Amino acid sequence: MTTLATRPTGSPPAPQRPRRRLGKTLKNPLLHIISIAIGLIIAVPVVFGVLGGFKDNGQLATNPIGLPDPWNVSNYTKILASGSFWQQLVVSTVIALTGTLLVVGVSAGAAYVFARFAFRGREALFTLFAIGLMFPFAVAILPVFVMVRALNLLNNPLGVILPQAAFGIPLTVIILRSFFRTIPAEIEESAILDGCGRFGFFWRVLLPMSRPALATVSVLAIVGSWNSFLLPLIIFNDAVWYTLPLGLQRFQQTQYSNDTAGVLAYVVLSMVPALAFYAVAERQLIGGLTTGVTRG
Amino acid sequence: MAITLFVLPALVLFLLLVITPLVLSVYNSLYRWSGYQTAPRRFLGFDNFTRMLEDEVVIDDLWRGFVIIALSLLLQLPAALGLAMLLNQPLRGRAVYRVLFFAPYVLSEVTTAVLFRVVFSAERGLAAEVLGPFGLGELGAVWLSEPRYVLFSLFLVISWKYFGLYMMLYLAARQNIPKELTEAATTDGAGPWQTFWHVTLPLLGPTIRVSIFLSVIGAIQLFDMVYVLTGGGPAHASEVLAITMYDRAFIRFQFGYASAISLAIFLIALTFGLLYQRFVLRRDLEGAITVMGGRR
Repeated sequence: MTTLATRPTGSPPAPQRPRRRLGKTLKNPLLHIISIAIGLIIAVPVVFGVLGGFKDNGQLATNPIGLPDPWNVSNYTKILASGSFWQQLVVSTVIALTGTLLVVGVSAGAAYVFARFAFRGREALFTLFAIGLMFPFAVAILPVFVMVRALNLLNNPLGVILPQAAFGIPLTVIILRSFFRTIPAEIEESAILDGCGRFGFFWRVLLPMSRPALATVSVLAIVGSWNSFLLPLIIFNDAVWYTLPLGLQRFQQTQYSNDTAGVLAYVVLSMVPALAFYAVAERQLIGGLTTGVTRG
Repeated sequence: MAITLFVLPALVLFLLLVITPLVLSVYNSLYRWSGYQTAPRRFLGFDNFTRMLEDEVVIDDLWRGFVIIALSLLLQLPAALGLAMLLNQPLRGRAVYRVLFFAPYVLSEVTTAVLFRVVFSAERGLAAEVLGPFGLGELGAVWLSEPRYVLFSLFLVISWKYFGLYMMLYLAARQNIPKELTEAATTDGAGPWQTFWHVTLPLLGPTIRVSIFLSVIGAIQLFDMVYVLTGGGPAHASEVLAITMYDRAFIRFQFGYASAISLAIFLIALTFGLLYQRFVLRRDLEGAITVMGGRR
């Protein structure tokens, strides 16, 4: 964290002082009111979507914000039974996992070199990667489209996986390099003395020791891939390859005016995997963002 | 030898799919070209760029981008900072609020945008229904359909999705400030406001500066949210550069002109990025490098 950089060290501990009770009791209700109000702003649109998904379109028009009456599960079951939702789920998952494996794999190698080897031009090369952070993906999208088409990879998941991985390299290299640097040189020396070799050390010592950092960059890459839209939008026009965001956008494009309730159900269902992943990987995600971002 | 093997995969992927597209963009921007593989190209020199300066939509895109950035920096980030300070205090249910406030960040922009299309819709919308009883029902119907308000609605949705990220960054930085520092200020007779202004805020400086950077770069490449929420309309009132670029390339088949627009996006991001690094982040980065070397 860069915050540490400006933190003066060695400040004397302050003598304990009794806190003012009055201030605390007055402050707390206000705090609660503000927090609840913002919590409502976050939650109400989502709850509106969940409830809307349980209404038919007639109900949604006459009673947009009340409870469904009767509760109607057909919007959800129709989508779950249709098969295209599951197909999009599989495509999104395959792309996210393959792309993540690729970007983390190649970046780990590069980060190892940047962290551990001394050679001429190392910093220049690293800076080249780091500058990539400043390339907005939107800038590359047109030539990437032309290149992917020339390689005959339109409507092929590789057409999304490869560019996505390439654009993920800068942040991944930066985070991994700074973690690799923290592993003491003595460990590497003794591993090499034991006959491990560069590859052996990298594969059997460095990577296993770096599991927390690898988890962090993987989670960031998965979330990025899962949510990406512009690239799938231009690479896939065959519905077989639609990712979840693309499938949702296409669904609402055709169904919005005559089946708004169905669109809401689709939105809610597409939130479920993302929120489930958040529930599982919350620590890595937040840790990765707070350290990775302030370093990048 | 080992160096080459470790760096090469990342380098090839990066050069091929991040750097090459940039060079190709420059090349394409000098031609009149529909984008079809076999279509003829006509050399134009810098005509695409001069054309851009006379394109009202592009000029207005710049203005709208500026408005979004200004709103984010003046409203969204300060609100996130304030909230982070509140959530830093002892408060029952704090962990729940934190998880809840951050949750929208893991949803894709597409999911968020589709949800809010319905929330803001005139007939079935949440916003119209909630504001109705306050005599603002009419206002409720114009969120996305009235050119004067649509940009503000877009900003609200952006804030809904992203303020939790900034709050989380600020909160993490705030928790890195040792208690002794703020307590020492209190002992010296500083009130809570003075402590915040003279102790906490300066120590949060590096994180705040990075968050401003992220917010601006994010706004420069904004695409998904606008594409799905409004498509840039009504009457271009919410259009941004990346949307114009997409429209010119894939709807009107003016690939050369669209490439020029993409380079404009790149130059804006790069200029901002370099100036910001040079004049604002420099001190922090020096600190970061020493910290990165010495920590953990």
